[in-house]
Amino acid sequence: MIDWVHPSILFILGACVIPFLRGKLQQIWLLTIPVLAVLSVYSMTQGSFWGVNFLDNQLLFGKVDKLSTVFAWVFSIMSCIGMVYALHVKDSGQHVSAYLYIAGSLGVTFAGDFFSLFIFWELMAFASAYLIFAKREKAATEAGYRYILVHIFGGVCLLGGIIIHSIQTQSIAVGPLPQDGSFAFYLILVGVILNAAVPPLHAWLTDAYPEGTVTGSVFMSAFTTKTAVYVLVRVFPGTELLVYMGTIMALYGVVYAVLENDCRRLLAYHIISQVGYMVAGVGIGTDMSLNGSVSHAFAHILYKGLLFMGAGSVIYMTGKRKLTELGGLYKTMPITLTLYMIGGFAISAFPLFSGFVTKSMVVSGAAHDHRPAVALLLTLASAGTFLHTGLKLPYYMFFGKDSGIRTKEPPLNMLIAMGMAAFLCIGIGVLPGPLYHLLPFPVHFEPYTGDHVTSALGILLFTGLGFFMLLKKLDPEPTISADTDWFYRKGSRVFMWFANKPLTIYENYLTNIYNTWFSRGVIKSSDYLGFVFDSKFIDGIVNGFARFFVGLSSELRRAHNGLIRGYAYCMLSATVVIIGYYLFKHVM
Amino acid sequence: MIGKIVNFIGDSKNAGKLKKIGYVALVVTFISDFFVHREHAIYIWDKIPGWGAFYGFISCVLIIIISKFIGHQGGIMKKEDYYD
Repeated sequence: MIDWVHPSILFILGACVIPFLRGKLQQIWLLTIPVLAVLSVYSMTQGSFWGVNFLDNQLLFGKVDKLSTVFAWVFSIMSCIGMVYALHVKDSGQHVSAYLYIAGSLGVTFAGDFFSLFIFWELMAFASAYLIFAKREKAATEAGYRYILVHIFGGVCLLGGIIIHSIQTQSIAVGPLPQDGSFAFYLILVGVILNAAVPPLHAWLTDAYPEGTVTGSVFMSAFTTKTAVYVLVRVFPGTELLVYMGTIMALYGVVYAVLENDCRRLLAYHIISQVGYMVAGVGIGTDMSLNGSVSHAFAHILYKGLLFMGAGSVIYMTGKRKLTELGGLYKTMPITLTLYMIGGFAISAFPLFSGFVTKSMVVSGAAHDHRPAVALLLTLASAGTFLHTGLKLPYYMFFGKDSGIRTKEPPLNMLIAMGMAAFLCIGIGVLPGPLYHLLPFPVHFEPYTGDHVTSALGILLFTGLGFFMLLKKLDPEPTISADTDWFYRKGSRVFMWFANKPLTIYENYLTNIYNTWFSRGVIKSSDYLGFVFDSKFIDGIVNGFARFFVGLSSELRRAHNGLIRGYAYCMLSATVVIIGYYLFKHVM
Repeated sequence: MIGKIVNFIGDSKNAGKLKKIGYVALVVTFISDFFVHREHAIYIWDKIPGWGAFYGFISCVLIIIISKFIGHQGGIMKKEDYYD
């Protein structure tokens, strides 16, 4: 009897079948596997499953506890929503890579040892990269290469850290690492926070997500960073450094979002901002803040998925992605606008929406842990969140100056997927109990107190007032923002220039010296040695033989002079020798 | 239904009405903060009625001004063909 089914296996096997199916059959298959995955998570019991002995190490593919289960829940739910959203896509390659990507994130979630975690971690990186390449545009291809290079760097750091850790401790079990500041600790941390998009290792996210396919970016917004948050909660709870990094992240994303003109890049900066709350929560490390991080990751996957689906719908229908080129779409896309706004309210933590019951737990966690500055700065960032995703983006996309674009609502499957996410955003906000019940620690937090509701509404509505007062200042500008990807985008050019110009000149100079002095000298001296050897030694032997035989033959020729007398001498002397020999032998 | 509400909000003729609704919402939120029970207050500002409204407004203004300053003066905002 099968006691436990790894949901990743469902997705990996499912992905193998996709290329052989077409049309309706493929669509049914695309939805079947995520539903089976949800059922497998639903039927899970806690414990350790699928342990394999490999090279004297115990690999454990199924470590099920409350923390892994809550992430598995949201990953499998999001896989359903994402697949409904991508149902109209005819490109099997995208579906396969989305399946493998989900398999990777679920594999990391259940990994009980660092090696299997690493394998699934890399599966995620490579599978997700295809979702960028699949757009088949030059900019996307370039962004895809940068994406994969950065993730390879992160993967190498992670693997290096894992190997050093396993050598030092003789253990590869996934669990909180000792906060000893060892090299292994920091290598693993760098590998993980790269995927969590912590500045300055974040630029891959805002570089790649806007370049992905409309449906691919929805998956990407959900899985990579949140899997990293899971690993942070699992491995690095209470790491003080993360408090500061998380707070900086929360503000960093907000600042860049003000400057951004590309709608999905704006949302990508808000992923950084929101993941900042989770990272800070992990750093604070109390039960409440860790619960906050986990629940915020849960809510974030749904509302950020919804926001990316909304922006993706607009891109899908209009072919435009810059706020300066959009506007006035409310007339023809009211349902998309409404569903997007539900995501916007959820991310902004409006009461009755999911962000309100999750984000406030992190902020309260900071406040209860006597970190007033962190609590204040995180609250400031949440004002910024509403400012951008709840006001700026929808205002310039759907209202504002009419761009003259007249289009329709997106296909029905896209609307249904957005509806599912929107339903959950409101459901969690109204009834947080079931989500709180899933969290790893007992929840002692009541979001709906009078002062909490009024202060949250005060922050948000007066942010709205500020927005409309400074509307002119916020008008999107047709620019792009330089970020830390500058270093490897421009840096690679500097490298190429260095390789092409100074390095080539230097190399040519060296080659010349080599050719002039070294090669020529060697060739000359070897020529001379060859000549000497040839003439004195080889020729000596050959010529010696030749001379000997020539001499011999000329002597022989002299004997054949044709004179009878000569021949008679020869015969006589030979007869004398033969008789002499005979006498000598027998008579003597 | 949704279409009607969205069209009402989007129509520039209704801007005045929406402004009034907005102001009423702001005033109601601000005043209601004076009447709530503050048993969870930890820091001094949690006890000040209207703090949320004040902090939200200040945050918004600071974020916009500081970000735009960094963007324009700090050389962050580049032309769209910068990397081409």
